[in-house]
Amino acid sequence: MFDRRLITHFNWPYLLLILMISAIGIANLFSATSSWSTAVQPVYLKQLYWLGLGLLIVAMICVFDYRHLEYLSFPLYGCNLLLLILVLIIGRTSMGATRWISLAGISVQPSELMKIMIILALARYFSEKEHLRGFSLRELIIPGLMLGVPALLIMKQPDLGTALLVLCIGGTMALFAGVQRSAIAFLTLSGLASVCGGWFLLHDYQKQRILTFLNPERDPLGAGYHIIQSKIAVGSGGFSGLGFMKGTQSQLSFLPERHTDFAFSVFAEEWGLTGCLLLLALYCLIVVWGMHIALRANDRFGMYLAIGVSAMLFWHIVVNLGMVIGLLPVVGVPLPLFSYGGTSMVTTMIGVGVLINVGMRRFMF
Amino acid sequence: MSLNPSPDETPGLRRRFIISSLIVAGIFFILALRLWYLQILGVDHYRALSERNRIRYVAIDAPRGTIFDRHGALLVDNRPAFTVSVLRQEIDDREQLFHSLEKLLEIDDEQFEERWQAGQGLPRYRPLPLLEDIGRQAMEKIQENSVDLPGILVEVKPFRSYPHGDMAAHLFGYLGEVDEEELRQTEFTSYRSGEMVGKTALERMFEERLRGTSGQKRIEVNVRGRELRQVTTRNPLPGQRLYLTIDIGLQKVAEEALGTNAGAVVALDVNSGEVLAFVSRPTFDPALFARGISGDEWRDLIDNPQHPMTNKVLRGQYPPGSTFKMVVALAALETGSVTPSTKFQCDGRIKLGSYEFRCWKKNGHGSVDLHKAIKESCDVWFYRAGLEAGIDRIASAAQRFGLGESTGFPFGGERSGLIPTREWKKKRFGTSWYDGETVNTSIGQGFVLTTPLQLATMTAALANGGTVWRPQIVQKTVNLEGETDWIFKPEKLMQTAWPAESLQAVQKGMEAVVNDVGGTAWRSRLKNVRFAGKTGTAQVVRRKSDEEEKLQKDDEIPYQYRDHALFVSYAPTDNPQIAVAVVVEHGGHGSSVAAPIASAIFEAYFPAVKSDAQQKIASGD
Repeated sequence: MFDRRLITHFNWPYLLLILMISAIGIANLFSATSSWSTAVQPVYLKQLYWLGLGLLIVAMICVFDYRHLEYLSFPLYGCNLLLLILVLIIGRTSMGATRWISLAGISVQPSELMKIMIILALARYFSEKEHLRGFSLRELIIPGLMLGVPALLIMKQPDLGTALLVLCIGGTMALFAGVQRSAIAFLTLSGLASVCGGWFLLHDYQKQRILTFLNPERDPLGAGYHIIQSKIAVGSGGFSGLGFMKGTQSQLSFLPERHTDFAFSVFAEEWGLTGCLLLLALYCLIVVWGMHIALRANDRFGMYLAIGVSAMLFWHIVVNLGMVIGLLPVVGVPLPLFSYGGTSMVTTMIGVGVLINVGMRRFMF
Repeated sequence: MSLNPSPDETPGLRRRFIISSLIVAGIFFILALRLWYLQILGVDHYRALSERNRIRYVAIDAPRGTIFDRHGALLVDNRPAFTVSVLRQEIDDREQLFHSLEKLLEIDDEQFEERWQAGQGLPRYRPLPLLEDIGRQAMEKIQENSVDLPGILVEVKPFRSYPHGDMAAHLFGYLGEVDEEELRQTEFTSYRSGEMVGKTALERMFEERLRGTSGQKRIEVNVRGRELRQVTTRNPLPGQRLYLTIDIGLQKVAEEALGTNAGAVVALDVNSGEVLAFVSRPTFDPALFARGISGDEWRDLIDNPQHPMTNKVLRGQYPPGSTFKMVVALAALETGSVTPSTKFQCDGRIKLGSYEFRCWKKNGHGSVDLHKAIKESCDVWFYRAGLEAGIDRIASAAQRFGLGESTGFPFGGERSGLIPTREWKKKRFGTSWYDGETVNTSIGQGFVLTTPLQLATMTAALANGGTVWRPQIVQKTVNLEGETDWIFKPEKLMQTAWPAESLQAVQKGMEAVVNDVGGTAWRSRLKNVRFAGKTGTAQVVRRKSDEEEKLQKDDEIPYQYRDHALFVSYAPTDNPQIAVAVVVEHGGHGSSVAAPIASAIFEAYFPAVKSDAQQKIASGD
């Protein structure tokens, strides 16, 4: 099974890129949490362990040919769907949302897993079905259901951010597969209509977030606090930043969630526009590179996998950054490789593993 | 092996990739543009907001100026006091917080909630004091448990302290938080709410000099308001030091001599009007006010029938009784028809129409001249002399001794007393003056009212030959650099050239009161110094009839109807230095109650051996 070509064809530069961003992210976590009590294990160290685990996952995924996944994609997707239903029945509730489920002693978050499974399932679906003139509305019903059912289940938890991301990933893949203009127009219109209708289905805190996004000052100490403090942190970074571990917004804890969703604000305050543009360039590179891997993929399944993973990375980055710099509402979406959290690290690294896997097997038949 | 064909077979795929790469780059460009907008265009704005987050400017209270006596003994000081304050912005559950505070400090029923409510109008980041002046132990307890008491902090503030307890409290006055009404006045524009301000007496009068200039510190705080770093940007400047004319040793003697009696004692420098002792009792503990007095404590003071909050030296108005007789004598001598050797027969009473006015001595003093009249305080002699002089001449003489008008003592609230005239009575009652009223006035009863301070200035003028000095309490103020900023110069209110023989006759009479057998204060005479004086017993209610007098002994008379005991005096007789006025409210007789108090002061003031006394005088004390 093991092949020397696995080493020679392995996309080392891409992995290096991932490691660079991770290193910056861990250094940033070190700074963001330096004022914390030393009694507990430092966050940056834990993140380092998660990175180790992530690299292990990349290695494991790369050993197997991604094409085996093609057969497994639907069953895996089905299992994940079952888990999502199970979560709603026996899941663990914390902070008003039911997202976790205990499986054989391990806590998993099926909604997070769904980001990967939807990629697998849709990659298989779109690779088998091809419409030269693009998918019509009727032809989109099946992939639409494949996407809509888990998205609805996730929204029910409720986890608006993840649901939105799943929809974005699936939507991007569908657009790549080709959709007729009339279908796009119809979906856009009905999407707008359902946004208006959906307003009444949103939870209060979700409505608050959207209203506050439109005008953070309406509740500066409550719902608007996050975004105001984040903008202050980012803005006071200036051109060259306040220096590593010298950002007052983060060091003095004015910035909330600074080790998770708002980790980038810490970075922006301490490294300024210079650091931000560099980081932005690195993120842009991993997305475009991912698309490049898709273009050069050996088969359509691989291409859609790579597109899906690139879309996943892209939407995470854009939604998170858009949130912390006040372009998008506050939805709990982590910044890949930057925000602390094992779940995000594992999901991202599975994606990276799949991407590298697709890239290294384009020469193999 | 593959289930599906190669992607290259899909037409237009490359174009689709190029377009989507451009879209990705475009969106990243928008993010970059937004960062440029925030970090380059908005940097000043956001840095200012960031600063506002973490920087607090907090005023540092300046220690108030300290107060010293004439010899430099410290009378009023400052000490650091620990105050427990709360940062309201940090508190979610204040009931729980109050509960744990009470448990920690082992106190209960503290009015935390009340104070919280009272502070609602202040900014939420401003520490709100909950408990003032906790001990060091309690402070340490709170510091140790600070993790469990988020939002609670211990502040150090300078508090007034009084090394001599309640001594001379009426002189110092007290502090209180500047109130809403004061804050609206222009004179208080530089005050912060919650700041302490002098409310009465010296603290009030010298507020501007005592206050000092508060400092400022710049504090960097974290999101919980915890202080992380602090930079003092401006040091507080303590207020000016006040040097009083008071001699604390003498003050102490005077306070102890008055003891538990209610009343007032004033000692003045005869030749400058400097106040050497200033006693009003009962008094209050100014330290209560330094930390903020509680409602119960305040009510206790206000409800006390002996009025501890009233400054009796300035605001107590008493009939002078027989201490007024020197004035009447001088007024009578001015007529020329009465001379020091003029004799009147005292049969214990005089008749005026259908009215009868009695002498205190029922059987009469027999033939009495001025000397004997003062020495034995014969009322009849003064009835006659008063009638000779007439009310307007008496009033004129009294006014030349500074009576009937406030002395211009620098504190607010000084009373002017009352010297009745015909004109005054007409205006006040619309009736004309009766001779009977002149008779009453002649022994310091009737309408006449004086304050203890007036009695002291009057006695000083009798001793120094007719100069009424403005009583002065502050010698000088000294600023931070140790320079004298403001200095008191003796101020003559008025000067009267009394005929020497008249004045001497009166002075000799006063000397006899103390030093001759049969003088009313003979029992209070001293070995170390020869002093002169005059006793007085002022009636609170009308003179009793013979029958009533037989029925009641002094200690059976209800307190509030007992006579006031007075004594005015100066010493030494040959070269007067110090004048003392004593009023003991409802004390009984001037000779038995008031005179010994003055005597005790003189005994302490003048050293046992006379040559030492001369030295002391020579050195200017």
